[in-house]
Amino acid sequence: MTALLEVEGLTKRFPGVLANDAVSFAVERGQIHALLGENGAGKSTLVKMIYGSMRPDAGAMRLEGQPYAPTDPGAARRAGVGLVFQHFSLFDALTVAENVALGLPPEEAGADLAERIRKVSAAYGLPLDPERRVGELSVGARQRVEIVRCLLQRPRLLIMDEPTSVLTPQEVGQLFRTLRQLRDEGVSILYISHKLDEIRELCEAATILRHGRVTGRCDPRSESARSLAEMMIGQELAATRPLSAAPGEVRLTVRGLSLAADRPFGTALRDISFDLRAGEILGVAGVAGNGQDEFVEALSGERRAQHEAIRLDGAPIGAFGPDRRRRLGLCVAPEERLGHAAVPDMSLTENAILTARRRARLASRGGVLRLGAAARFARAVVERFDVRTAGVEHAARSLSGGNLQKFVVGREIMQNPAVLVVAQPTWGVDAGAAAAIRQALRDMAEAGAAVLAVSQDLDELMEISTRFAVMAGGRLSAPRPMAELSVEEIGRMMGGTGGEVAHAEA
Amino acid sequence: MLRLEPRKEPSRLMVWATPPAAVLLTLVFGMVLFAALGKDPLRTVEIIFVEPLLSPFSRAELLVKAAPLVLIGVGLSLGFRAGVWNIGAEGQFIIGAVAGGAAGLAVYDTPGLWVLPMMCAAGMLGGFAWAMIPAILRIRFNTNEILVSLMLVYVAELWLSALVGGPLRDPEGFNFPESRLFHDSATMPILIEGTRAHVGVLVALAVAGLAWLALQRHVFGFSLKVMGQAPRAARFAGFSERRAVLACMGVSGALAGLAGVFEAAGPVGQLVPGLPAGYGFTAIIVAFLGRLHPGGVVLAGGVMALTYIGGESAQLEMQLPAAAISVFQGMLLFFLLGADVFVNHRLRLRRAPATESA
Ligand SMILES: Nc1ncnc2c1ncn2[C@@H]1O[C@H](COP(=O)(O)OP(=O)(O)OP(=O)(O)O)[C@@H](O)[C@H]1O
Ligand SMILES: [Mg+2]
Repeated sequence: MTALLEVEGLTKRFPGVLANDAVSFAVERGQIHALLGENGAGKSTLVKMIYGSMRPDAGAMRLEGQPYAPTDPGAARRAGVGLVFQHFSLFDALTVAENVALGLPPEEAGADLAERIRKVSAAYGLPLDPERRVGELSVGARQRVEIVRCLLQRPRLLIMDEPTSVLTPQEVGQLFRTLRQLRDEGVSILYISHKLDEIRELCEAATILRHGRVTGRCDPRSESARSLAEMMIGQELAATRPLSAAPGEVRLTVRGLSLAADRPFGTALRDISFDLRAGEILGVAGVAGNGQDEFVEALSGERRAQHEAIRLDGAPIGAFGPDRRRRLGLCVAPEERLGHAAVPDMSLTENAILTARRRARLASRGGVLRLGAAARFARAVVERFDVRTAGVEHAARSLSGGNLQKFVVGREIMQNPAVLVVAQPTWGVDAGAAAAIRQALRDMAEAGAAVLAVSQDLDELMEISTRFAVMAGGRLSAPRPMAELSVEEIGRMMGGTGGEVAHAEA
Repeated sequence: MLRLEPRKEPSRLMVWATPPAAVLLTLVFGMVLFAALGKDPLRTVEIIFVEPLLSPFSRAELLVKAAPLVLIGVGLSLGFRAGVWNIGAEGQFIIGAVAGGAAGLAVYDTPGLWVLPMMCAAGMLGGFAWAMIPAILRIRFNTNEILVSLMLVYVAELWLSALVGGPLRDPEGFNFPESRLFHDSATMPILIEGTRAHVGVLVALAVAGLAWLALQRHVFGFSLKVMGQAPRAARFAGFSERRAVLACMGVSGALAGLAGVFEAAGPVGQLVPGLPAGYGFTAIIVAFLGRLHPGGVVLAGGVMALTYIGGESAQLEMQLPAAAISVFQGMLLFFLLGADVFVNHRLRLRRAPATESA
């Protein structure tokens, strides 16, 4: 019997990079197949070609033995191929059923849709209420909407591009049960993730990409996370050092910070208080949508607070905007890379000017841009954080997800701030680069800076934080030293925040 | 079957190819329009697009018309980049002309090199102040600056009529609603002897150059681009939207006001109710036709000036209605916006269903 999907010699060239270089591999029927590789290895490009949203320059595909060359995603869906992107394409103000209908061909979006959604979600353990507004859903539930939308079209191949980077452990467990059930029904799954433990748990086969080429195949169940990582980067992983500095004086003080929600489905911040000292890394955990976005915006200055509520090195800064706070030494790397931390259609050089123009002196006092200095700064970030790009004159949009993340975080670190606030520091970043970013954060703290990391990745926070707090319903728990916390205690602190997350009062 | 397919990155070629294509399409459909009106289409197009370039006189007239279009268009394009929609440049043009003209009339008969610069300053201030009304309403009350600035055009027109019919009326003018002719010190120095082309042409070019520098080399221009492309990133970068609204409305208002002074103190020579000739509106087309790029605006200003001059002679020679010329200019913007689809999309021949080898 032939494989479900055969890919032969698929090649895609972008200006300056060969994103896929004669890639060949096969996905068997009813197989969960992992696609592994460093940031920029070409994974997203490859699945976009399979899904018809990009056209290969050369090469061919076969689906169940038949030639397969989708001209657009619609054609791919009709042929039985579904893709769940990492960034969702849902409208907050519409209900689940309305959102699903938008992605279906008109003849399938009939009146019985809500009923069918209920059936599919019950059959696959994907709890979903078709009448709820998407804006009120947690990230995990939004992902279920996307998955249900795919399943309604009875796919033979389901592709998932980094589906778990935003999920809680409980949600990941649920997702895996669904995927296994699909596999047992004969659906093949192509699975992209940088979380190697998950891959070992879930996948039966793996294809490893490096620099756009297939460099290996393996059975992840018989590998260790470390050996997988080393296969991906082609060298040994550098060991990381734990943070050794003793906390110094207080650099950032937040007292009684409260902010009303400024958008529908937003979360109000309630009476947040904490101190952040030089030489420490405060990890803030919590399920997305519990006020983290608002918290980071309040710290960055995008939303103003009561002037006295936030103090930097003792001086109040709550009423200052982002520019002024940055000048005083508070830098922020927000979660959303495209359109928030970076301007998609601008070059890396211009994106360096975006936030580093003051501290890295990329503009004169009078505001005249120093383009040469800006390009040098951008190149320095690219070099130090190993950002894979054809050059700093290329648009931010053209970078792979993980590489843009490295650039955005690196840009803030290299401004040597007194306080760095970073959201999801290693979101979508491969194992090697994630270790490098964590090490850079530790180095900063050791050099006397204070770091606040907001993340959903508990493992990451447990690895880098010296103190730990949980955000829920717009409140922040009292930070506690990491060293005296057991995994059970952390679980209790997170308590009751699994599954559907309430935006309701805490 | 033909189908539109989105592009990954906007096409650089198309960004610059669509304006000429729009001009060409306008020509073709303009000819259809002229033929439908019973005029010889080829001859009409020749009168509009070719003949003005042949005589030195109409070449100078071209400059006279292009200067205000470029001056206003450059100002507008700054705001348009940042999503600040000043549609009322015509009103700011009028108030600028009134303020500058009134300043000139106030010192009537006093010669001096300072008179004209003073009028220019007064005109810019007038245009600036008029543009501040929609700007402040937007940042204070979140009103729509498109509507407010547009409505203020009609208010400005009424002010002009009222003033030239009242306080500014020529005392020896037999009660005609016109001001006195400006004194020599209060008229624009002529650039080309024997024509009406004045030094405002040079000012317009200099302003375009400055705008180019601001966009390429200054944080201000940079902030406008970021604001237009990614508002959330602009807020994160610390670029204040209020400041951008004030700056863009202020600059475009002041430039429109300056163009108003140039028009009053240049080719017209006095304040008359018919002073506004639609430059403020046409400049919107110029800004888009020029891709919101100062260099492009200079070229586009030339093209639009051509349709003005050529349009006038076509009215005389071919008895074309004035409205036909306006339709013609409108078509240009229409086709440009239409052709813009191809910047972000490409046309593909749809082939048979999905399973077909590449
Ligand atoms: N639209 C584009 N234009 C130019 N270059 C691109 C474009 N899309 C991707 N690339 C380049 O192709 C290469 C592969 O990118 P791709 O997004 O496939 O990587 P990836 O393996 O998904 O990485 P990550 O794990 O970081 O998501 C990268 O070098 C990237 O810069
Ligand atoms: Mg990717």
